[in-house]
Amino acid sequence: MAERKIKCVLDEKALHTVMLDPDKCVGCVTCMKRCPTEAIRVRGGKASVAYERCIGCGECVRLCRHHAKLPAHDSWDTLGDFRYKIVLPPPSLYGQFNNLEDIDIVLNGLLAIGFDEVYEVGQAAEYVTDATKTLMQYGGIESPIISTACPAVVELIMMRYHNLAGHLLNTLAPVDAAAKLAREAAIARGIPAEDIGVYFISPCPAKVFALKMGFGVERPYVDRVLSVSDAYMRLVPAMAALTDIKKMSKMSSTGLSWGISRGEANATEELKTIAADGIEQCVAILEALEDGGMQDIKFIELNACVSGCVGGVMNVENPFVARSRLHYLTRKLKNAPNRMDDIGKTADYFLWEHDPTLKDVFKLDDNRLAAMAKMIEMDSIFETLPKVDCGLCGAPSCSAFAEDLVNGVIPHDTKCPRLGENKEGGK
Amino acid sequence: MSETRIHQEYVVSGNNFASAGSASEEVKSTLKKIGVASSDIRRVAIAMYEGEINMVIHAGGGVATVDIYLDRVEIVLADKGKGIENVELAMTPGWSTAPEDIRALGFGAGMGLPNMKKYTDEFSIESEVGVGTTVRMTIRFG
Ligand SMILES: Nc1ncnc2c1ncn2[C@@H]1O[C@H](COP(=O)(O)OP(=O)(O)O)[C@@H](O)[C@H]1O
Ligand code: SF4
Ligand code: SF4
Ligand SMILES: [Mg+2]
Repeated sequence: MAERKIKCVLDEKALHTVMLDPDKCVGCVTCMKRCPTEAIRVRGGKASVAYERCIGCGECVRLCRHHAKLPAHDSWDTLGDFRYKIVLPPPSLYGQFNNLEDIDIVLNGLLAIGFDEVYEVGQAAEYVTDATKTLMQYGGIESPIISTACPAVVELIMMRYHNLAGHLLNTLAPVDAAAKLAREAAIARGIPAEDIGVYFISPCPAKVFALKMGFGVERPYVDRVLSVSDAYMRLVPAMAALTDIKKMSKMSSTGLSWGISRGEANATEELKTIAADGIEQCVAILEALEDGGMQDIKFIELNACVSGCVGGVMNVENPFVARSRLHYLTRKLKNAPNRMDDIGKTADYFLWEHDPTLKDVFKLDDNRLAAMAKMIEMDSIFETLPKVDCGLCGAPSCSAFAEDLVNGVIPHDTKCPRLGENKEGGK
Repeated sequence: MSETRIHQEYVVSGNNFASAGSASEEVKSTLKKIGVASSDIRRVAIAMYEGEINMVIHAGGGVATVDIYLDRVEIVLADKGKGIENVELAMTPGWSTAPEDIRALGFGAGMGLPNMKKYTDEFSIESEVGVGTTVRMTIRFG
């Protein structure tokens, strides 16, 4: 019987989702108990992530009161990596600044801190919305269509909701669309391709990972992914020092509202849509969808973060404050969204370039009979456990502890520390 | 040697809409762990969920027994509720005795039993007024 271990090694996700500062981690098990995919274990008093199960939602970063979890991203020094730097600000970024009256102040500020060109992700989001409307009519996607804008949710579906894969909206994420359009235009203006670096300012580790690995694209369109807080520190003084504010923004209220939950769903102009935010609520919707519910719904927007991307864990501002600022700013923008027609593109341009692959991370064994034997063993171990999910053993629940035992993740003679026979527990 | 079987039992409590679907959720999780095809999992999910919700709405709760084998899953939903007077009529798509307040909650479209039959490979229902209802379903893995 092939032993299947949960990998605890540094792979791409270790580099691109969350990292641990072991000096700060006190082993309090808070993050472990709330991880939506049960990817975290506490070993030797420190939290460790089974990265193959990590969806990058940032929930552990958000929950850790000791600030031991660090979202991964590129450093600001990478601005030196390219000669011509294009920056892609997401809609959620504008919610970070107090008393902001004009989005152009942020865009001009970005030029002032070292970028050569700005392309608003919100503008690209409007083309994606336009493409979505076409796909909803002719795309042959199973209804209800599920948004693919939040990579944490998409990753969860690829891992755990395989039978919903046919519902996924097969458009590029707005950030990829923005990168594709901006790069193409820069090349057309004669800038050498090798000089161009496309930078995204990310609200969350999920987007860092998705952009580094490339999702639905042949190869990543974005070269570097920076954090909102790094940008914020530099933007605030630069924005205050601006003397001349050029008119730059091309985005309408539609694109801006993609930064908050419901923005994308409303933009489809369908009458029956759902917008759920917060990972637990997203899970509830996906479970109900599997059970055959919501057949009358046309479009489902799911954001892992409460309030949408303004709730991303790499932002600096409270999600609800940022959300109210975005609401305020939408009233200042034009109403007519950008259309694909305006730039001579059709829906094809915004489609996935290849289909993403499903991931089998929850299977106990490739051989079903062996998996069943493990399941039966797991159930019988579980029956002996206190069923209190206290986390003392280093697993998030009694059933996860039983699963770790049968998977060989922990030695087979490891005892539940609460049962008192062995004071060591997991190691 | 007896056939390898994973046996699960769930008590479905009556008139608790919040808990309806939790048995289905657990069964789905098990099927994913043993690598059952997603299209089969979906059939199980729909059949289980509809059965659970019927016990909640129409029978004041009951017990769901689920036996998972290598090639199939067998589900028995048994309740001691009011029973069904005319089973044939109950199986008619769109036929429902759900009261208004339950329809207002979005349940009671009369498609539960027809869908359970449609999505399973074997389906049988026994019911006696005043005694209860037992639904048996088998889904074979494709
Ligand atoms: N477990 C049960 N106990 C009693 N009556 C039931 C049960 N399951 C179904 N019924 C009866 O059969 C009818 C049709 O069921 P179903 O097709 O699931 O539609 P719905 O639940 O939407 O009414 C119900 O309205 C109810 O009268
Ligand atoms: S929440 Fe997690 S990372 Fe933070 S101290 Fe507790 S165990 Fe360590
Ligand atoms: S909701 Fe937005 S910020 Fe949060 S994980 Fe998803 S993409 Fe990232
Ligand atoms: Mg029903």
